[in-house]
Amino acid sequence: MNGDKSILSILVDNEPGVLSRITGLFSGRGYNIESLSVAETMEPGISRITMITRGDKHIVEQIKKQLNKLINVIKVLDFTEQRHVLRELALIKVHARAESRAEVLRIVDIFRCKIVDSGPDHYTLEVAADEDKLSALLNMLQPMGIKEIARTGSIALVREMH
Amino acid sequence: MELTGAQILWQSLKDEGVDTVFGYPGGAVIDFYDALVQYDINHILVRHEQGAVHAADGYARASGKVGVCMVTSGPGATNTVTGIATAYMDSIPMVVITGQVPTSLIGNDAFQEVDIVGITRPCTKHNYLVKDITRLERIIKEAFYIARSGRPGPVLIDIPKDVTNSRTVYQAIQAVQMESYNPTYHPNTKQLAKVVNLIKEAKKPIIFTGGGVVLSKGAEALTKLAQRTNIPVTGSLMGLGSYPGTDAKLWLGMLGMHGTYRANMAISDADLILAIGVRFDDRVTGKTDEFARKATIVHVDIDPTSIHKNVTVDVPVVGDCRLTLEALNQLLDAEDPAVIGPERTEWLGQIKKWKDTNPLGYNQKDCATIKPQYVIEKLFELTKGDAIISTEVGQNQMWAAQYYHFSKPNQWLTSGGLGTMGYGFPAAIGAQMAFPDKVVVDVAGDGSIQMNIQEMATAVQNKLPVKIVILNNQYLGMVRQWQELFYKKNYSQTDMTHAPDFVKLAEAYGASGFRTEKPDEVESVLKKGLETPGPVIMEFMVSREECVYPMVPAGAPITNMLLV
Repeated sequence: MNGDKSILSILVDNEPGVLSRITGLFSGRGYNIESLSVAETMEPGISRITMITRGDKHIVEQIKKQLNKLINVIKVLDFTEQRHVLRELALIKVHARAESRAEVLRIVDIFRCKIVDSGPDHYTLEVAADEDKLSALLNMLQPMGIKEIARTGSIALVREMH
Repeated sequence: MELTGAQILWQSLKDEGVDTVFGYPGGAVIDFYDALVQYDINHILVRHEQGAVHAADGYARASGKVGVCMVTSGPGATNTVTGIATAYMDSIPMVVITGQVPTSLIGNDAFQEVDIVGITRPCTKHNYLVKDITRLERIIKEAFYIARSGRPGPVLIDIPKDVTNSRTVYQAIQAVQMESYNPTYHPNTKQLAKVVNLIKEAKKPIIFTGGGVVLSKGAEALTKLAQRTNIPVTGSLMGLGSYPGTDAKLWLGMLGMHGTYRANMAISDADLILAIGVRFDDRVTGKTDEFARKATIVHVDIDPTSIHKNVTVDVPVVGDCRLTLEALNQLLDAEDPAVIGPERTEWLGQIKKWKDTNPLGYNQKDCATIKPQYVIEKLFELTKGDAIISTEVGQNQMWAAQYYHFSKPNQWLTSGGLGTMGYGFPAAIGAQMAFPDKVVVDVAGDGSIQMNIQEMATAVQNKLPVKIVILNNQYLGMVRQWQELFYKKNYSQTDMTHAPDFVKLAEAYGASGFRTEKPDEVESVLKKGLETPGPVIMEFMVSREECVYPMVPAGAPITNMLLV
């Protein structure tokens, strides 16, 4: 689907089946989910779903209204036009043999990653970053050989005004 | 007071004012049926679960109350899906109770297990699986609240067998509030002020009324608005009855694919459209890019997703149709009646011209076979326009919409959104349960009546005097019409010549049946059928290749009509 990216933060009742109501709405109406991340909030019984979706203004408006229509959806917030912090978490298992170990560590330093597992010929890196930084990191690591990667969907919060 | 889950259900239904349930028993709901005898509730035993859900729907449309149906797990539940989707598309308040296998067996592919909550998620307003009996009472309360409030719709409650037969304290909950569900009833007053100004300025205004006006009980307020402003009214299929169909001056008839010439021309030429409780369905707009390009569009709807969905509008108003119309009328009270309701000589004159050039019509006089339109007109005359009419789907539905001039809301029961063949007869049964003394007629085709004909046994058993008018053209008429017009008369699989003898079929069920193929017997057969007690089939052998006109080809602009 074409159109700009939108960042939606959806507060929902933490009940079985809520996620499938939301994903079902997207598949049933032909909307696109680029990434999705769900976890509980501080308030018991309420979860936050952070979703990246794509579509023209008209479609995103309709998506927000359709989400609001779901009984278990408490609130739909659109962070796209607001100043926000956005992060995704990645675990990257990268080849690190004698000749490249130092280079990997230099990259780890530059990108402020953490090494969470290591072995004779690999490091596993943990990094929390926005999409741009993450793709820059992956570009740098590519020549070393990435064995495996696991990424979460994006999560976001609005910046407080001072 | 400690009750079983089954008792809690019936008690809760009583508390909601339910007096009639349509259903069909089975293993997973046997405890409900066991407890039923303790409660003063009518249970109508249908012959197929689809009949139960359509009957509950017909009951709801005719009475304005929430329709209730109960079925067992597995196939019982899946048989309701078409009926649930029908109600969902037309925003009909309904609660469907399905039995489920015991919680310990859920997910094990147990006998008669199906994930009905998963299956019906996209076609219910909301649904529940009750895993804990202590939640049962509150869930039932929520289900009724959700079904009837806001934009109404069907809600399904799936209840496992162990929940029905365990016990808990019944709390007699009075009302529920839900943090995540708060429909907007009252319109924004700033928007309404804009609407008043638009009404004052418009030269060619038109009101476009829909199902939302019927559902919100806003017909009276709409009629008042139209008559004081002298604005002509057209309606969607679902909006029929929300304005008097007998008002020759302001009522233009239905618009859209099979709308009248004048309605389609008027909305296309209008400078202001007051669209109330409609959703700009593709059957109404035709090609959306070319729909009503000259008009400023005001759109009133309680569901924000309806607004800007198919057509971009200029003044959106989110709110209950009745409350919005009443608020508008109140604002208009402060205005000069001559300014808000001028003669509109030119505009109404133009509309009259359109009406005179291409009126709805057919020619029975020169035809040896019965014209289906003639049957509907005679039915309208003989019932004085006062019957509750349900329909099946296809040509029968469109002719009923065109030639039965509905003047009151809730007398027109038809599957508008989903277009469900087999809807009309069980819906008529439901309506007759709500109004035992009214004339209830199902207008059917020979194809669609066979989709739920088994409910004849239900009607006979419960002494429900539902009348069925079959317009028999021995075709799946609407599909045949498309084949004639757009597929070079390739009548592939639409010939239904092989059919039962409907008169004998009625008699086999213990009902009565009459048939004619002669135009001059139409009136006497209708009279006899309407006067005969109990359920009656009246079968009219009609002109086989009669088409519904006008017709806008799918995807064309609505001014592009094929006329007779």
